[in-house]
Amino acid sequence: MSKPIHMTMLTFEDFPPGRFGSFGPRRVSREEIIAFAAEFDPQPMHLDEEAAAQSMLKGLAASGWHLCSIMMRMMFDFYIGRTASLGSPGVNELRWLAPLRPGDDVTIDVDVAEARVSRSRPETGIVTFRTTARNGSGQALCEMVSPIIVQRRADVTAE
Amino acid sequence: MRFFEDFEIGQRREVGSFTFTAELIKKFAGQFDPQRFHLDEEEGRKSLFGGLAASGWHVASVCMKLLVADGQRQTEAALARGEEVAALGPSPGFRELRWIRPVLAGDTISFASEIVSKRLSEKRPQWGVLEARHTGTNQRGELAFSVLATAFGQRRNAAE
Repeated sequence: MSKPIHMTMLTFEDFPPGRFGSFGPRRVSREEIIAFAAEFDPQPMHLDEEAAAQSMLKGLAASGWHLCSIMMRMMFDFYIGRTASLGSPGVNELRWLAPLRPGDDVTIDVDVAEARVSRSRPETGIVTFRTTARNGSGQALCEMVSPIIVQRRADVTAE
Repeated sequence: MRFFEDFEIGQRREVGSFTFTAELIKKFAGQFDPQRFHLDEEEGRKSLFGGLAASGWHVASVCMKLLVADGQRQTEAALARGEEVAALGPSPGFRELRWIRPVLAGDTISFASEIVSKRLSEKRPQWGVLEARHTGTNQRGELAFSVLATAFGQRRNAAE
């Protein structure tokens, strides 16, 4: 299933345990929050200021799934898009810690929690990231632990 | 929505189904997850997925969409019976999200939700904490998606 990879692509070897990087910011608008919520999570706290003010979130807040999707896009733009990634089997754990508000500037801190060679497909490795999304004040909004499957450089150069 | 007290462990609901067309897959991917196997049929075929595959975040977001719609239908039915309805609280997170099988263009996924556990919230006496396993099964009966999600459920005595 492996295929030739351009030498500028990141492979398993480029993800040793420890801090990988911090990326962003990316501003999230009120219009984006409402558009995502209208399509995927039309609860009043994500759509309407007044209803949101009455909710536990105390004001208009993005759907948690919208924040996940924004984090995915940021990961793509900053490194997944140039990584020999074969996809992800899932997310071990995710916590929504604080609401994402209209106008917030999101940054992500990305750490490699674990990197190991796959037993079933030794030409690949499994890199488990701990990713924290923060708003402009540095407050943590979401913390996620999730693996991706990445091709190994040895596999690449052998071709 | 139902009140916290009305949820029982083991209760399972079919929440609806959704067909992931190539157009919808590419639209979501173009916005949030533009990896080649989510945008292009040929790249999808060459990938581990074996075809144009929906972003996992698209599958999860559609699961949420159907859960919200199901909750709204339940709320309307309860209001029509003259019953009181509860607010659905926000979610603190989830565990064990698994993209078990790729969701390929044309697949229809049927989602279901089963209550796994319930407990009172220590910090928020007007809310209980519910844990539910949401699953998505394709048209061949194969499990494609699973997540163990947590949500706050309003208690009946919330007005106190």
